Amino acid sequence: MKPSLFSRIRPRAALLAGTLALAAAQLAAAPEDRRISDAGPEAALRQVFAEIEANRLDAALDRTEALLQAYPTFRLGHLIRGDLLLARTRPLSTFGEVSEHADRVQALREEAVARLRAYRERPGMADYVPRYLLQMRADQEYAVVVDTERARLYVYRNENGKPRFVADFYSTHGKAGSAKQYEGDNKTPLGVYHVTSRIEAAKLPDLYGSGAFPLNYPNTWDRRLGRTGYGIWLHGTPSDNYARTPRSTEGCVALSNQDLITLANYVQPGLTPVIISNEIEWLSLDDWQAERSALNEAIETWRTDWESADAQRYLAHYSRDFRSDRQQDYETWAAQKSRVLSANARIRVGMQNISMFRMPGEKEMIDITFDQEYSSDGYSDRMRKRQYWIKEDGRWKIIYEGRA
Amino acid sequence: MRIRPYVALGTLAAALSFGSPALLASEAAQNVRNLLQQGQAERALAAADRLASANPRDAEARFLRAVALAELNRSAEAIAAFQKLTEDFPQLPEPYNNLAVLYAQQRDYDKARSALESAIRTHPSYATAHTNLADLYARLANDAYERALQLDDGRETRRSTAPRSTLALIRDLGPAASAPLVVASASTPVAAPPAAARPPAAQETPAPAQTAQAPAAPPPPAASAPAKPVEPAPAAAPAKPEPPVPAGTAPAQTTAAATPAQPAAPAAGDNAVETTVLSAVQAWADAWARQDVKAYFSHYDASFQVPGGRSRQAWEREREQRLNKPGKITVEVDSPQVSVNGDQASVRFLQRYRSVDFNASTMKTLDLVRRGNQWQITQERVGR
Repeated sequence: MKPSLFSRIRPRAALLAGTLALAAAQLAAAPEDRRISDAGPEAALRQVFAEIEANRLDAALDRTEALLQAYPTFRLGHLIRGDLLLARTRPLSTFGEVSEHADRVQALREEAVARLRAYRERPGMADYVPRYLLQMRADQEYAVVVDTERARLYVYRNENGKPRFVADFYSTHGKAGSAKQYEGDNKTPLGVYHVTSRIEAAKLPDLYGSGAFPLNYPNTWDRRLGRTGYGIWLHGTPSDNYARTPRSTEGCVALSNQDLITLANYVQPGLTPVIISNEIEWLSLDDWQAERSALNEAIETWRTDWESADAQRYLAHYSRDFRSDRQQDYETWAAQKSRVLSANARIRVGMQNISMFRMPGEKEMIDITFDQEYSSDGYSDRMRKRQYWIKEDGRWKIIYEGRA
Repeated sequence: MRIRPYVALGTLAAALSFGSPALLASEAAQNVRNLLQQGQAERALAAADRLASANPRDAEARFLRAVALAELNRSAEAIAAFQKLTEDFPQLPEPYNNLAVLYAQQRDYDKARSALESAIRTHPSYATAHTNLADLYARLANDAYERALQLDDGRETRRSTAPRSTLALIRDLGPAASAPLVVASASTPVAAPPAAARPPAAQETPAPAQTAQAPAAPPPPAASAPAKPVEPAPAAAPAKPEPPVPAGTAPAQTTAAATPAQPAAPAAGDNAVETTVLSAVQAWADAWARQDVKAYFSHYDASFQVPGGRSRQAWEREREQRLNKPGKITVEVDSPQVSVNGDQASVRFLQRYRSVDFNASTMKTLDLVRRGNQWQITQERVGR
């Protein structure tokens, strides 16, 4: 009597499991309640890999098929299903046992690693916040933070200025990586952006899926650095593809269609910041509070020094590399400000709706916007202002100032 | 190699059950099987229809009827018939297997898979289903990979050139399957086949069928074609190069009763003759593997009995087409048994056929006749 087909194949599952051991081993230990709010496939994937790790391939296949019922165009799921089916007929040597399209298989492997890693290494959401979200103004209800390295998009709610985790989603970025410089470089920009509008799916080709949120790339800082390109959007995926592999757009950030629809609940066009980072820096709430206080202090000193009309004190807040939005350099700016300050009495500066976001991709730089009310004896105005602050020799200084 | 007691035992079994109504049924079933073997599916269907309507509880008659429907490409009816069989006789693996084959032909691999898994649940050692299932898993894996690796823009069309299903359609209820019927027949006045004739699978059969019915299935050694694809490939039957005699697949050859029994043991001193016969068979296999059509046909005698009652010309056309299919093939002659009787010889062997998308091990018998120095093929049969 020949041995049963299944008993002959089972031991070989170790090979498949071995490939994934890294991802699965620690996952198996993760407590079930790690799932917070996203309904994505990560939890099910984790279970699939845990079954594979435990050499329960039938159970793994059952779970994979259940997963594919929920996400029928989930290509990574199909790849795993292919492996689990093939493992019933012959030994496997790798995850994604396909000889053709090696690049696409590799991309799907990266997706698996990204999803599992994001799931496993989800930071303690109550205790840590992305360093970028220093301060949100009251009407910014939500902020979006993207981690291109982890292929993950996080949504935070503004609770009295304190960011509180809401949801996170798997996301796709540029095929050539991040830190966009030039038009057509297929990279995703790093920086502080905001959603400018919303485009409905009906007005878009299928490629963009369930809709799109254009971003304001290139922003003021990008233009100052001579960065080019346009049309960087958050958007969905084609109808036949639940998720794109981690690096596959021309620079946009793509989400699964259902995730994009969920995201649409949080996004306020013209208002919602979208901060794209290479790898999010997380701060404990204490450190975050300290950083925020130091900056608020620096800004308050700038404001009172301006009200003092003392040119030296006021100009001490500006970097020698300063440029204004009219392309004035430090010397021109300093000369003009000195004149204005000496000609005006009783300067009053009010600041409201202050937002402060640390800029990813830059060393110690903050994007600050606020509503400014200026008045002096002969003049008053209101404007929304943007400043870029940079840390020079341990002091926060202004390197750009202009209308927002 | 399995012993071949079928002729003698078949006769014995027939003698033992002589005069019983079961004999008529089994003879009629044999007739249907013969018609199927000869490619006369229409007539087989008519005969099976009569048999099945006379005896609605006769699993085998209904099974043969469904096979005939499948052979006639009346897939929907065949599926319905096999489906009904799985409901009425859930313990039989063959109807599940054949359902799977038909589903696979329609590229409904998920249904095929579930049918095969059911077949295996009825008989965990059911080799044909295992082989088919392995084939199916590979196919499903291929489909899954294709879905996984589409281009992002979705423009890439699905490959439609996936190899045709090569799953094996069971032509007959095998001994493992018919065993419950035989056991059930103990309550009817039919002699059980001699114990020795029962393949081991019969004893392993879990639970005998509760349905006491006419033992339509002949005793195990009697008859059945081996696993054979629906696509008539006279040369090759799909079954992976697994051990050739799975418990569940069919025993015995249908033509056994019709052909006079060959002297089983070759006379001593025939070794040299045997060698020349064998080398003729080897040359035939080599010509096939080389895809040398001319050399291949040269091994067939003018008196060659074309299977299915077709014309020699039609047969040659078909064979030529098959041989000319692109892609490397190999044909192996494994464990040949030669019997020589004067100018006549018979070689029985396990034929291992491999091509790019198709592997098959088939029991084959070639009858040959001596023409001068040459041994020429007069008949080619598939089966045991």
